[in-house]
Amino acid sequence: MADTISAKINGLTVEVSLGTTILEAARKVHVKIPTLCKHPDLEATAACGICIVKIRNSGKMLRACCTPIEDGMDILSETPEIVEVRRGVLELTLSRHPNECLNCLRNHNCELQTLAADFGLTGNGLDNVVPDLPIDSSTRSIVLDPRKCVLCGRCIQVCQQHQDVWALSFLNRGFETRIAAAGDIPLADSPCVRCGQCSAHCPTGAIVEYDESVKVWEKLQDPEVFCAVQIAPAVRVAIGEAFDFPVGTNLTGKIYATLRRMGFKAVFDTNFGADLTIIEEATEFKERLVEGKGELPLITSCCPAWVEFMEKFHGDMIRHFSSCKSPHAMVGVLAKTYYAQKMGIDPAKICMVSIMPCTAKKSEIIRSKDMRSSGYQDVDVSLTTREFARMIKQSGIDFVTVPDEPPDHLLGAYTGAGTIFGTTGGVMEAALRTAHYYITGKDAPRVDFTITRGLTGVKEGEITIDGRTIRIAVAHGLANVEQVLEKVRAARVCGQETPYHFIEVMACPGGCVGGGGQPYGATNELRARRAAGLYADDQSGLWRCSHHNPYIRQLYTEFLGEPAGHKAEELLHTTYQVLPEYRR
Amino acid sequence: MKPEELEVKAAAELARQKAMDVRLVCCSSTGCQSSGSADVLSALRSELKARQIDARVHVGGAGCMGLCSKGPLVRMSAEGMKDILFNEMNPELATALIDTVVAPRLAGAAESQLSADLERHTLDQESPFFAMQERVVLSNNGFVDPEKLDEYLAHGGYQGLRKAIAMGAEEICTEVLNSGLRGRGGAGFPTGLKWDLTRRVAGETKYVVCNGDEGDPGAFMDRSVLEGDPHSIIEGMLIAARAMNATNGVFYIRAEYPLAVERVEKALRQARAAGLVGKNVLDSGWGFDFEIRLGAGAFVCGEETALIASVEGNRGTPRPRPPFPAVKGLWDQPTCVNNVETLANVPRILLRGAEWFASRGTEKSKGTKVFALTGKIRNNGLVEVPMGLTIRQIVETIGGGTGTERKVKAVQTGGPSGGMIPERQFDTPISYEHLQELGSMMGSGGLIVIDDHDSVVELARFYLDFCVDESCGKCAPCRIGGKQMLHLLDRIVAGEGTAEDVAKIRKIALAMQKASLCALGQTAPNPVLSALRHFETEFSERLQPVHS
Amino acid sequence: MSATSEVQAPAKSTSPKASPAAKDEIIALAQKWKKKRGTLIMALHDLQGRLGYVPRESAMKLGREMDVPLARIYEVVTFYNYFKLEAPGKYIISVCTGTACHIKGSAEMLAGLEKELAIHEGESTPDREYHLQAVRCLGCCGLAPVVSVNGRVYGKLNTSGSHYVIERIREEKPMLDHAEQAAE
Repeated sequence: MADTISAKINGLTVEVSLGTTILEAARKVHVKIPTLCKHPDLEATAACGICIVKIRNSGKMLRACCTPIEDGMDILSETPEIVEVRRGVLELTLSRHPNECLNCLRNHNCELQTLAADFGLTGNGLDNVVPDLPIDSSTRSIVLDPRKCVLCGRCIQVCQQHQDVWALSFLNRGFETRIAAAGDIPLADSPCVRCGQCSAHCPTGAIVEYDESVKVWEKLQDPEVFCAVQIAPAVRVAIGEAFDFPVGTNLTGKIYATLRRMGFKAVFDTNFGADLTIIEEATEFKERLVEGKGELPLITSCCPAWVEFMEKFHGDMIRHFSSCKSPHAMVGVLAKTYYAQKMGIDPAKICMVSIMPCTAKKSEIIRSKDMRSSGYQDVDVSLTTREFARMIKQSGIDFVTVPDEPPDHLLGAYTGAGTIFGTTGGVMEAALRTAHYYITGKDAPRVDFTITRGLTGVKEGEITIDGRTIRIAVAHGLANVEQVLEKVRAARVCGQETPYHFIEVMACPGGCVGGGGQPYGATNELRARRAAGLYADDQSGLWRCSHHNPYIRQLYTEFLGEPAGHKAEELLHTTYQVLPEYRR
Repeated sequence: MKPEELEVKAAAELARQKAMDVRLVCCSSTGCQSSGSADVLSALRSELKARQIDARVHVGGAGCMGLCSKGPLVRMSAEGMKDILFNEMNPELATALIDTVVAPRLAGAAESQLSADLERHTLDQESPFFAMQERVVLSNNGFVDPEKLDEYLAHGGYQGLRKAIAMGAEEICTEVLNSGLRGRGGAGFPTGLKWDLTRRVAGETKYVVCNGDEGDPGAFMDRSVLEGDPHSIIEGMLIAARAMNATNGVFYIRAEYPLAVERVEKALRQARAAGLVGKNVLDSGWGFDFEIRLGAGAFVCGEETALIASVEGNRGTPRPRPPFPAVKGLWDQPTCVNNVETLANVPRILLRGAEWFASRGTEKSKGTKVFALTGKIRNNGLVEVPMGLTIRQIVETIGGGTGTERKVKAVQTGGPSGGMIPERQFDTPISYEHLQELGSMMGSGGLIVIDDHDSVVELARFYLDFCVDESCGKCAPCRIGGKQMLHLLDRIVAGEGTAEDVAKIRKIALAMQKASLCALGQTAPNPVLSALRHFETEFSERLQPVHS
Repeated sequence: MSATSEVQAPAKSTSPKASPAAKDEIIALAQKWKKKRGTLIMALHDLQGRLGYVPRESAMKLGREMDVPLARIYEVVTFYNYFKLEAPGKYIISVCTGTACHIKGSAEMLAGLEKELAIHEGESTPDREYHLQAVRCLGCCGLAPVVSVNGRVYGKLNTSGSHYVIERIREEKPMLDHAEQAAE
């Protein structure tokens, strides 16, 4: 059988490899077949019925999204009949969807709304048959509105297959089918780890972030409150998508400027916290590796969805977890201690806002008493990139033209090591740069540890530092974690040497650049471009290793003392506990 | 078991049967069981025992004989006499049967007259209901005890398999293809072709799946065969497996049919013990074994990809084809799903030849078809007729009309996927093509008769409601289209609908037919559309005028 | 109309026990089905056969033992009519709503039973004696209209005879109680 086949789409000849779907083949000849349920990341479920096409002289219609094109096929994608059927299906879909577009977070950014607009639907005389289903905002991270769900199944595929969490599922059947938390309980009581990938993949407003922007506007208006803000690494290379910048454009300076104009009195950068995390984590790694204090492998802990996943499903790994808090939690606690003291501000009056690519951060800030080690809640509100983009649009600031500004250097200056935290492998690479220095006393001749880079689900490799071989693994997308941990367990059971010394895990595909709170439409191609923006930021920076950050050195000198010292321990580290998968 | 032993066992069983002076079999299927067949059987047994003639009279069960509404049915046969079929038996009549007929006969009395009571309970086997049937699939029903392998063997059981084992896989496919057998589950795809497609695909493990998830409301053909002749399906599956070099079989049976499950389990145990199923089928060196999987109440699992999903333990939602199960089916392996009635035809085709089978029926629809004749009909029950008989022959001659003063108005064939056929079209012969031309379909064989007091609008609503209830919910056109169409139909039934509503129904129907993922959604509008086609005035009478 | 199905799965009891299954009972059940893949539905049949329904707690235990997430179990349980998440009454009255029974008046039969028992379709009486449900075709079309009680089929009923059905159940309770042994 030939590997290449030739077929026709609307009379245009197309040559594609065997197994190519009609949808993909059509794209090659610039034919755009409309879709609703299909997402480029995911296996086609064939649910929506929008992408139907037909073979010339056949009455039957096929789904372009999942039908492999065959040699000699003569496909028609746009006959009047096909358009009529598509319109009919779309009208039906809309009749089971609330007419709440103007009051929906996905307004102007909704795949269903776009289709309805494209088809010029103006009402079809069908009665609206939206069932009365309750909205679930129990997680305070993501909001489930099953009324708006078109049952495309993307969220479920992501939650079950890609993230291996199994918090979401279909319930019932037929017209009664709906998405629900596993076992039909509030999502907060389910195995949900708040990664928000469901919301990032949802085509409509059925799963969205728990929007807290109004709360932030209120704080900004309150003259008694000192509003401080920090932005995560991955936000800077994604926010531009909401303003039609090319994907991956680094807009750090514009973000700082915009935040100041919004009324934030202090503008920090989570990248600073990332540098600090590296100092603490590299110290911890060196202690485990060289001094035998604690078990190997060391596993990263800066991703809150991964932390919750571990606590719920891999409790036996707690002792391998880095005790370091995540970068944004570190900035939070330092804002209300170090910064407040230094600037003479009453920490009680500080409202610390973090802007994250992440929905899980919303839960992380209240995950345990350790998140109050300043004596106050260290981070008060965590917003996603999507909420921030909307706030910019509300603010009247012309984001596209606003001139760059620097951050507040005290908790804002960062190195290239801090910035690559936003992509899979970045934490590992940053840690290796500093670990090299801690172990050997000198910087690595080349600080690029490229084996950690790229979008392969699990990246494994060895590096040599001072004659020591260090075996590493980097996993992203929670379903990829199992195989890594299984190797660790297998070695443990057999009493063999650990297969890895250091493991990095990020819950979201691609790491934070593909975070659950990022702008919609992420695909691997897009994630790679966002990551490229971060690697460019790293390359062009003044400093590329966390231990070179002078403000970090100043922080230890002025306030923390030694890395992993008493004060650092108290403020920058946390503990973990085994959590039940189900709280009921 | 070696192939030659089949004859030995069959001969032994025939000899045993011959040694009996009288043979009394009582239907042991669900219908007659619920009418009290167990009590009848025990009355027969105890009276025979009391008279100490139990050693000379065979008493046993048998598969469904078709006339469930007249159960329990008892068949009496003996050397030199015509079988007598007794209906609506009860323990008193059973005792009387022994006392006044069986015992005197054994005592050597001349042919005795039946008592008036018993006479009233006999069925005329010369009547069209029996005479016009041609029983292939149901040939063992009423004669063979479904719980006894030897009885099946005595009726030529597993001889088809024996022949198949001597043939090549391709040869079997050709034979079945030549017979003209088409899928009896509804769609009518040529069975031989389906087998051959699966045969041609290379695969480590190939599966043969028996679809026993009869879900069509108002149809019970498969139930009768599963309960009444389970070995014929096992044999059919073995032959199918041999035809495509499959090694694993799955029986997927409705959980609502507990007796069918029990019978199949028992038959499988017997077949395994006899070496007909297992590692070395009929000493051929070829191994094939079965698993039983239960349905759990989802009509959509009749669709083969949904059925496969269900066998894998998941929600029974269909997936797009291609890839077809022949390429990628159960556990991603080449799989062939066949319906019960289709499989039950197979041993007979192998045994008697493709030509024999193809000599029945019409040009494109060969063989016989089992129908469940129900609704407003005098002779309610299961009938098997050659394809090509007209609907009128089935409804009026075999079925005896409504049996009341009311007139037959229409029949619905094909269940919820089919359509209504008005009385004026009753001279149409039964075949896949003819029924489709009328806007209906063969379906699995439900044939429901309505009379002139029944409303086609309401019947259409009933079927649509069924489809809405049974939609898996995966694809939007079926899930929402069905619901909206039902909503509109409800308005029309309530007398609140307008001509616009009818137009909307047609529009929704197009979306459902063209864009639904599987046959359930694609065909769900059929009852409504066929009712609109043949009985438009019944709709228009109920419509409100449109105010402009 | 929620059509939940009734006639019992093979080799199971019919009368629901008061309490969820003992843990080791579920472990044994899971061990049995775990040996073959894709047997979740079979295991659920087994579980419901013992308990009369699928209690959440038991589903969780089963899931843990069979390594099937609860999400999957609920997806399956709520898809198929046969499975129940709530304990039904002791005598499960299933009114067949297949076409033949429909034409012969099963809707009237169902309405009569609802009135007689003062419950709706899909509900159990407060004393948990009776559970009333509409079910899809029982395959006894020749006897339409039919009602089945704990798997025992009553056919050729008079549609206005819902009272008669209840009377029959009351008379035949001892037999229905033992339906489980008969089904074995």
